[in-house]
Amino acid sequence: MHELSLVAAVFEVLEEQAREHGAARVTAVVLKVGAMAGVVPDLLESAFDTYKKGTLAEAARLEIVVVPVRLRCPDCGGEAVREDTDFSCACCGSRRVEIVEGRDLVVERVELET
Amino acid sequence: MTSKTITVARDLLATNKQAAAAIREELRRRGILGVNLLSSPGSGKTTLLEALAGRFRGRYRMAVIEGDIETERDAERIRAKGVPAWQITTGGACHLEARMIGKVLGDVPADLDFLFIENVGNLVCPASYDLGEDLRFVLLSAPEGDDKPAKYPQAFLSADALVLTKADLVPYVPFDPAKAAAEALAIRPGLAVFNVSALRGDGLDELAAYLVEALERLRSGSA
Repeated sequence: MHELSLVAAVFEVLEEQAREHGAARVTAVVLKVGAMAGVVPDLLESAFDTYKKGTLAEAARLEIVVVPVRLRCPDCGGEAVREDTDFSCACCGSRRVEIVEGRDLVVERVELET
Repeated sequence: MTSKTITVARDLLATNKQAAAAIREELRRRGILGVNLLSSPGSGKTTLLEALAGRFRGRYRMAVIEGDIETERDAERIRAKGVPAWQITTGGACHLEARMIGKVLGDVPADLDFLFIENVGNLVCPASYDLGEDLRFVLLSAPEGDDKPAKYPQAFLSADALVLTKADLVPYVPFDPAKAAAEALAIRPGLAVFNVSALRGDGLDELAAYLVEALERLRSGSA
C-alpha cells in the first residue's frame, strides 16, 4: 500500500530522463513489476493517473509488465518459474530455493517527445 | 516533434538498497547487531522488547528505533525500561525505509550490543524494505491465527526467525503453534522458531541466547 510513494520515485526518473534528453513530454512509461514486489498493479495505475496530472507525463500511457517469480535451486541447479504458492524446486523438490527474479520494481523504458 | 524510446532499467528500490548497505556496514564496523522486527499491529513487538530489556539489563546494552504512523508511545515505553529509544513517526507511511534509520544512526551510542528496529505494524509493506539489519524477526501472535504464513509469504520469506508471541493465550484461542511453524518453515526452511510469552517469560532465555550467539558471530566476523 505504498504505491503513491513508488509513483513519486517513478516521476523522479521521468523528470531526470526528460531533462537529460531535452524532452518536453513523456508519452509512455514501461514498468516491470515483480509478482512478489509487494506492489499491486491496479493500485500503481490509479496512483500513476492521479500523480501525472499537471506534469510532463500528463498524457503518458503506463504499461505494466508483471515479472513472474523465478526460483533457482542450489541443490540441483534447476531454475523454474513459480506457478503457485509452493516455494519448492520444480525439479528436485528441495525447499532451499532462492528467488532470482520477481521481487523488483523497475522503470524499464520511457518514450519521450522532443 | 520527434519521439524516442529510452531504455532506462532503473530499479526503484535501488536507493533504499544502497542506504541499507551503508547502515549494515556501519553497524558491523561498530560491532552492533541490528534486528528488524516485523509483524501486524498488536502482535507484541514492544512488549517483547520490554521483556528483552529486562533480560539484558546489566549484561548487554540495547537501543531501540521505533516506527509508528503517529505518537511517541512506544519509545516512551522502551525508555521507561532504561533503554535509549528513538521514535520515527512516518505520518502515514506504512513502512520504515533505510534512509529514515540512517538519519537516527548518528545519535545511537557507539558502545551498543543490540539495535532493535521496531517496524510499523504491517505484515505486508515492511517486507520489501531492507533496513540494513543483520537479523529479521517476524512476530506472529496466537490470536492472529496459525494460517498467516501462507497468506503473507513475503514477510516470512525474508525472515531469519519466527517469534510466536502470546504463548500464554494458546489455550484460549484456536492456534496451533506447530502448524504456524510448519507453514512458515515450508516458505523459509532453516527459519529459527521461538514460542514466547513476554508476560509469563516463556522462551525469553532461548531468544536471548539466539541473539547473543548472533552478536558473537557478527563480532568474530563470520556473520
